[in-house]
Amino acid sequence: MTPLNATRPAQATTFHKRPGSLSMSRRAETVTAWALVLPALIGFLVFYAWPTLRAIQISLTDWNLLRAPKFVGLDNYARMLDDGKFWNGMKLSAYYVLLNIPLQTVLGLFLAVAMDRLTRSLFVKSIVLLPYLLSNVLVAMIWLWMLDPFLGLINHYIVMAGFERMPFFGGLDSSLLTVAGVNIWRHMGLVAMLFLAGLQNIPRHLYEAAALEGATEWQMFRRVTLPLLRPVMVFVLVTSVTGSFQIFDTIAVTTNGGPLDSTRVIVHYIVQNAFAFYKMGYASAMSMTLCAVMVAYTVVQMRVMRANENDLA
Amino acid sequence: MSTPPTTTVPGVHRQRAFSAGRLLAWVVLLAMIAITLMPLWMVVKTGLMHPKDVYTSSTALFPPDPTWLNFKKVLGLISTEEALSLGGSGAQINFLRALGNSLLFTGIIVTLQTTSAAMASYAFARLRFPGRSTLFGLFVASMMVPGVVTFIPNFILIKDLGWLNTMAGMVAPFCLMQGFSVFFLRQFFLSVPRDLEEAALLDGASHLYIFWRVVLPLSITPLATIATLTGINMWNEFFWPYLVAKEELQQVLPVALQSFKSQTPQGQPDWTGLMAATAITVLPTVLLLMAFGRRVVESVQFSGGK
Repeated sequence: MTPLNATRPAQATTFHKRPGSLSMSRRAETVTAWALVLPALIGFLVFYAWPTLRAIQISLTDWNLLRAPKFVGLDNYARMLDDGKFWNGMKLSAYYVLLNIPLQTVLGLFLAVAMDRLTRSLFVKSIVLLPYLLSNVLVAMIWLWMLDPFLGLINHYIVMAGFERMPFFGGLDSSLLTVAGVNIWRHMGLVAMLFLAGLQNIPRHLYEAAALEGATEWQMFRRVTLPLLRPVMVFVLVTSVTGSFQIFDTIAVTTNGGPLDSTRVIVHYIVQNAFAFYKMGYASAMSMTLCAVMVAYTVVQMRVMRANENDLA
Repeated sequence: MSTPPTTTVPGVHRQRAFSAGRLLAWVVLLAMIAITLMPLWMVVKTGLMHPKDVYTSSTALFPPDPTWLNFKKVLGLISTEEALSLGGSGAQINFLRALGNSLLFTGIIVTLQTTSAAMASYAFARLRFPGRSTLFGLFVASMMVPGVVTFIPNFILIKDLGWLNTMAGMVAPFCLMQGFSVFFLRQFFLSVPRDLEEAALLDGASHLYIFWRVVLPLSITPLATIATLTGINMWNEFFWPYLVAKEELQQVLPVALQSFKSQTPQGQPDWTGLMAATAITVLPTVLLLMAFGRRVVESVQFSGGK
């Protein structure tokens, strides 16, 4: 039997009438199922499964794409542990997450609560979401101009307020902070919209009951809103933390790792090793390490926050 | 659980309608809106400024002498000599070409990926076949593999296929498989009542026929949601096209904008040209929001695993 048979309803009918048709229709079901899964399966095997295995293999070699790869065992991993720039990259990425996530999450939550109380306006929602709909490259362009040391509007106001000009992207201490700020601007609205969806799932009568008991706004937020937002919170934290640990685009467009490696985060260092130094093996070893860190973080975060349970159910 | 009548609910808020907290919340919300819109206005305003005014009026809130010159220059509508005489780098952005590439790149991926995800997720939700749960588990696990692991082998594969600087090379890794889309659509198919499908099965319809004629027509909304999400992500995708398609004729918009920026001299970027290019690139997104705002907002909200 071929999958083609399955497209003819008339023939399928006859299966049910014949003795033994159950196993035949079962087989038809299996064949149909594999035919339906096939395109996605090809995509999965060619662009996820095989590359992942190949990345492990490449990470055990010395390979510059020109000569044949040379097997070097765990040398790349050993070298990585001694490479100050690798640790600098991991440290900067972790530091970046700390600069980025807490403020972004709190601002997004605050914005969501404000919108939940004040307005259902699609216009307001659209504006809040707009920065997230722009590419990282666009957002970087916008803020390169706003934060230009001499011509930018922000420095104009800083000087007007009587402070010194800020170098922003150009300063050793300010570059990573600036990238974090720019990405908070881009993602704050997204986080707000996700929280807003969660807030609107919370039954209103819970607030009513709390209000009757004389609860203050803060108590309602602390005792009702926050606990019931936990599933959304897990999603937001897992995706935004793993996403921001892998920050690359904004840095590639604005600072390109500088000044003096002050924004040479781990993904930027990996890409630099792969496509500027052609150290495919070494870059892959660092990628595998980063992947392990991300997976470990995700598992721990889901455990800690009991991601699979829902207090409303 | 007893639910109090919902009509009393707005009262909780109405009592506080004029409270100081509510006022404060409005102030914060309006401030956020201003923080969102102000930079965008400065981009448009700078794009409308004559290049000679950059140093005198960079921080003015309105262009002193509005002109379309930068937009024309960036779109290649004025001659190179004229462009150079404006004092900028004379760099152009092949905007229409990049826009076309972006539309094609996004369109191909959205179409193929949504189709492939719908097919696979229907099989996972409704059909029994050996290996189903293992395979689904692997698909879901693929969501956890960061792009930083697969980009080197994928780059080598595309290079070996001779697909660098081609549309095929740009779309290949995305177009057949996206763990989230399969996961999301399977959830939806599981929630659809089986009655219709069972009736059709009894009438002798095949699974393929049922999928195509019964289930898909009922699934327009979730399909549109997943297509919108994929569309937004692909429209903004920078990393992969930047690796495999840097050649000017193949650049998508984010890559074109980046290369336009890197062409301008380090010390003295062509700010008015750059901002005109930026403003033009923001425009399609704004138009999308104006046309399909509700769909976009709801799709993004759905992605949070609602």
